[in-house]
Amino acid sequence: MAIPTLTRPAPHATTADSLTIRQPRKKLTVGRIAAIAVAAFIAVLWLIPFAWATATAFKTETDAAAPDVTWLPPSGFTPEAFVKVFQDGNIPLWTWNSLYTSAAITAITLVISALVAYALSRIDFKGKKVLMTVIIASIIIPPPVMIIPLFYQMLALNLIDTSWAIILPQVIHPAMVFVLKKFFDQIPRELEEAAVMDGASRLRIFTQIILPLSRPILAAVAIFVFIGAWNNFLWPFIATNDGNLLTLPVGLQTIKSAYGIQYAQNMASALLAALPLIVVFLFFQRQIIKGVATTGLAGT
Amino acid sequence: MSTSTLSRPRPETLRKPTSRTRSNLSGWGFAAPFLAFFLVFLVWPIVYGFYMSLKGKSLTGANDSLIGFANYAEALADADMWRSLGNTLYFTVISTVPLVLVALVMAALLNIGLPAQWLWRLSYFAPYLLASTVVSLFFTWMYNPQLGLINEFLTGIGLPRVAWLNDPNVAMWAIVIATLWWTVGFNFLLYLAAMQNIPAQHYEAASLDGAGAWRQFFSITLPQLTPTTVMIVLLQILASLKIFDQVYQMTAGGPGGSTRPVVQYIFETGFTGYRLGYSAAISYIFFGLIVVISVMQFVITRRRSA
Repeated sequence: MAIPTLTRPAPHATTADSLTIRQPRKKLTVGRIAAIAVAAFIAVLWLIPFAWATATAFKTETDAAAPDVTWLPPSGFTPEAFVKVFQDGNIPLWTWNSLYTSAAITAITLVISALVAYALSRIDFKGKKVLMTVIIASIIIPPPVMIIPLFYQMLALNLIDTSWAIILPQVIHPAMVFVLKKFFDQIPRELEEAAVMDGASRLRIFTQIILPLSRPILAAVAIFVFIGAWNNFLWPFIATNDGNLLTLPVGLQTIKSAYGIQYAQNMASALLAALPLIVVFLFFQRQIIKGVATTGLAGT
Repeated sequence: MSTSTLSRPRPETLRKPTSRTRSNLSGWGFAAPFLAFFLVFLVWPIVYGFYMSLKGKSLTGANDSLIGFANYAEALADADMWRSLGNTLYFTVISTVPLVLVALVMAALLNIGLPAQWLWRLSYFAPYLLASTVVSLFFTWMYNPQLGLINEFLTGIGLPRVAWLNDPNVAMWAIVIATLWWTVGFNFLLYLAAMQNIPAQHYEAASLDGAGAWRQFFSITLPQLTPTTVMIVLLQILASLKIFDQVYQMTAGGPGGSTRPVVQYIFETGFTGYRLGYSAAISYIFFGLIVVISVMQFVITRRRSA
């Protein structure tokens, strides 16, 4: 690896907006060319799985399973695997299931986390320290250790095979409460004082002053929670057996057995499942990267 | 949440004790919705799970009596439990190192200020947006012994074919490679953000002193990144310990249990073996391990920073 001229972004840049590096054009030194070559080599390696999946998905099943492994199939490229997958009709249903469960998880998480974070940041109440300690301590709990009691709980609540079983256990994100609290802490209190003098209620101050000022962090938390929920496998896999409720990641697991060795259809399904988030990412790259970078380290 | 406690205060009645009570009420009022979910879907499962681990309970409801710590005693003598725990630890060790190092290299390369930043970021980070099942489908296909792209490449350069997912000596490494591709982009982003926060003055001063690029990387960038590296390593260890998805999807724990992680053992004991109590006990042993590792990390990082 080559680390030549380590020139810096402008000094005023901070985490949030420095992810786009703006700097003067630099000379093409040998070191820089080497760095570009290494970066490009890694990028190509990282894109190969996508490329190979795409090439396979556009082959006929016969070509995909031909012992002669090749990028360019003898019978040419064809969208027939995608057509077949769509005719089965499962992928759109699974996408919809993933979309509304993830949206619900994100919405509930945001509301309950922002409310408690506001209390921890601004209100002086009895037991606050204990509450804070308990929430911090709970960050350590790994979700997989709860699958057995949670499943039993869902059975008892009669929620198994409903979307609620997928949604409800996924809305507790103690780390995100702290990301929000830290952000609220930085909002100057003077902004609220005038409203307090006018006799505004806490709830009103929260919704009309704090929340509008917190849009960037709310977006960051929403992105983080949404990606996690969209891709979660273990819990939705346990919580549902009903074919109509499967989320994309869980649904995809079933096609492996259904299609067996239909390689082109397998890859077409995988690509269709990958598509929504990749497209969203292409449009909102800056926000998503900023969101992940600001919330990412909060896990501990 | 009760909104009545959040009503507008009347200034003339705002004497000390009243405002104190009011604060208590509104504080817990704001906390209430989160607290309700927290108690029902986190605290209760943790407490109830422990209670279950003391019972002989099965999914069919048979033998629902308290049996003390018998499940734990059985688990500690269970070779399969130890083997799966060992697999999880092995995966954690061999995956954390490349997941941190490759992320560092990627971020260092980009931080030089390469053109077309978005293109690099897109290619390094995009896999992180995929569901585990998509990653598993991609890699199972590429690892295919006869028709897979990887073996085609290996034979092309004169190397023997590898039975990636079917060879007990190789399967875990195959999982690590797939995991590296999938999640390294996350660590890469964290490193990149941290690198771009290092003040430019450090580098300017070093340049004036005649320090070259390599020298600057090792004497400025790396030391400045130490807190970030510590955090990334901690987060990565905790994430790797939870390994389940890729393994379950790509090898189902095989061949011959050589990749089965402890989470899969918990899952199978509970849902295929129907032994909920026993499964809960193994969950708690695993949980205990995570607590011990977390506390160790906490103590070590505290001592370092002190």
